[in-house]
Amino acid sequence: MNEFALLVAATLAAGTPLAIAGIGLLVNERAGVLNLGAEGMMLVAAVAGFATGYATGSEVAALAAGALAGAVIAAIYGWLVIWLNTNQYATGLAVSLFGSGFSAFVGLGLVGKKLEETEVAGVPLLRDLPVLGVALFRQHPVVYLAMALTGGVAFFLHRTRSGLVLRAIGESPVSAHALGYPVRRIRLAAVVVGGTLCGVAGAYLSVVYTPLWVEGMVAGRGWIALALTTFATWRPTRLLLGAYLFGGVTMLQLDLQASGVQVAPQFMSMLPYLATVVVLVLISRNPLWIRLNMPASLGKTFFPGS
Amino acid sequence: MIRLEPRATPSMAMSILSPVIALAITAAAGAALFTALGKDPGQALSVFFLEPFNGVRAISELALKSTPLVLIALGLALCYRSNVWNIGAEGQFLMGAIGGGGLALWVTTAEIGMSRWLFFPLVILAGAMAGAAWAGVVALLRDRFNANEILVSLMLVYVANLFLSWLVFGPWKDPQGYNFPQTVSFAANTELPRVIRGMRLHWGTAVALVAAVVMWLFMFRTFTGIQLQVGGPAPAAARYAGFSSRAAIWTTLLVSGGLSGVAGAFEVAGPMGQLTPHVSAGYGFTAIIVAFVGRLHPLGCILGSVVLSMFLIGGELAQSRIGLPSALAGVFQGVLLLSLLACDTLIHYRPRWSRGS
Repeated sequence: MNEFALLVAATLAAGTPLAIAGIGLLVNERAGVLNLGAEGMMLVAAVAGFATGYATGSEVAALAAGALAGAVIAAIYGWLVIWLNTNQYATGLAVSLFGSGFSAFVGLGLVGKKLEETEVAGVPLLRDLPVLGVALFRQHPVVYLAMALTGGVAFFLHRTRSGLVLRAIGESPVSAHALGYPVRRIRLAAVVVGGTLCGVAGAYLSVVYTPLWVEGMVAGRGWIALALTTFATWRPTRLLLGAYLFGGVTMLQLDLQASGVQVAPQFMSMLPYLATVVVLVLISRNPLWIRLNMPASLGKTFFPGS
Repeated sequence: MIRLEPRATPSMAMSILSPVIALAITAAAGAALFTALGKDPGQALSVFFLEPFNGVRAISELALKSTPLVLIALGLALCYRSNVWNIGAEGQFLMGAIGGGGLALWVTTAEIGMSRWLFFPLVILAGAMAGAAWAGVVALLRDRFNANEILVSLMLVYVANLFLSWLVFGPWKDPQGYNFPQTVSFAANTELPRVIRGMRLHWGTAVALVAAVVMWLFMFRTFTGIQLQVGGPAPAAARYAGFSSRAAIWTTLLVSGGLSGVAGAFEVAGPMGQLTPHVSAGYGFTAIIVAFVGRLHPLGCILGSVVLSMFLIGGELAQSRIGLPSALAGVFQGVLLLSLLACDTLIHYRPRWSRGS
């Protein structure tokens, strides 16, 4: 029983970066912008977060640095695709390539360094519950932040006027523009929110989840987070569940390896990536289902005319 | 305040100038970075921009590094023109390396006597089939299940990487290799024929150049080639004309996967001579930049590959000569592509000064 509780706890921790990055990407996709640069933003944020954590010893400062790094890169990306109307696919790819090169370069001096591990306090009182305490209430605050964020974004998108405007811009920027909404500024804001959250997720990886810097350590999580938005058909709560599902696959795979299953570790490590493919296939099988849920202007440039 | 105004027709001049401007921006950014790192920017820039062209041997190495880039970029150019976003060329390259490497390993261990010139077409075939099969998975999932090719092709890069790692750590490991993750060194008759004695440049480079010409003919001189490309800028028109988007997905992915596979096979049978986890220096991703710098044009891809392999070699030289990290090459690649895309805006839009907003 306790072993199961530990597995649940590890699943939540592993799903958290996917959830945070995924929610961020969901917000900017709802506004009609597809940012394939997620992986690159997370990498730069991871190295920025780690460097800050190493220099200051403060976890909060490290996460904030990651958020800032993500926001800055997202702003550059946003300026390119929203004001200069560059192709979103190509520009996102460029951001990913830049991010992996830049983070490798900046992180050279940080390889092999380690952050001091901090004791995680968890939720007072609840942490001492049998089984449940271990499974749910001894997590890093960021894990709960991801849950709160999901609720917050779901409320914002579907229950507030601003959320409605954001979604309208994603569906039809032309109509929103005709109604007088500043389409490009709102899109930029959504992109920066996406970058900020990808940044928090990247910094969480290098500061909290595995407190060290390794080149390319995001290991495809940015791309998996992108896949999650499709998987969740752009709904925040489904995205959170999807992120935990992936966290579970990662943990199960590590658990099986540790318990000495006679399968080569490389095949086990393929599981999260193969799972992403399988999930994409299952969810996309019905083109109508995707078309009904996908923001209609996703990936298309918008030029407001004069 | 600068305002953008759509051009009536895309500017041909800007289309050619844009990569040049982007290269200049990258060089300027590089100079700034070198100065910040306390190095002499003039010396550092000459390592990146002049040294790779200095002498026959340097040029042979440059052409050697350009070969995989040209091959991969040709296929990607076809994909991107047809609006098929294959970004997993790296995985297709690795599978081609596994296919070509497997063949070379078999010839080596079974001690099959055949000439280099007989092995040459066989290794091309092995690489092409392995790479095309890997890309075929993407095409199948896209065609049958509508699964996004961007994400699927990228996920398969990680899978191919792990598969290669399993092979060289497991069944294909050299039993006398002191437990290093690598195969035995391949027999001499599996080596690609060299162009000049004493240099690593092999005839695969000629294959890449021929492939570029064939791709040019296919893109601009065949009906199928035109059909494929209409689907890119005008999918509705393509549907109306009865051009099949399914055929576009299959053709572009198989061609592009095949070319990437050949590039991978050349890398193991050429400069490497054995299979290790480090077959690729990120060629599959660098080739994306090559394709864009080359304006998605086959002949442009050749020029683009020279520019990008210059950065790769420059990165290595910068490390050995002036102690700059070779990771710099990656930074330059990113800056180059980002500034190129920004400059490309000027192809379709004209900047106008206007008062107020």
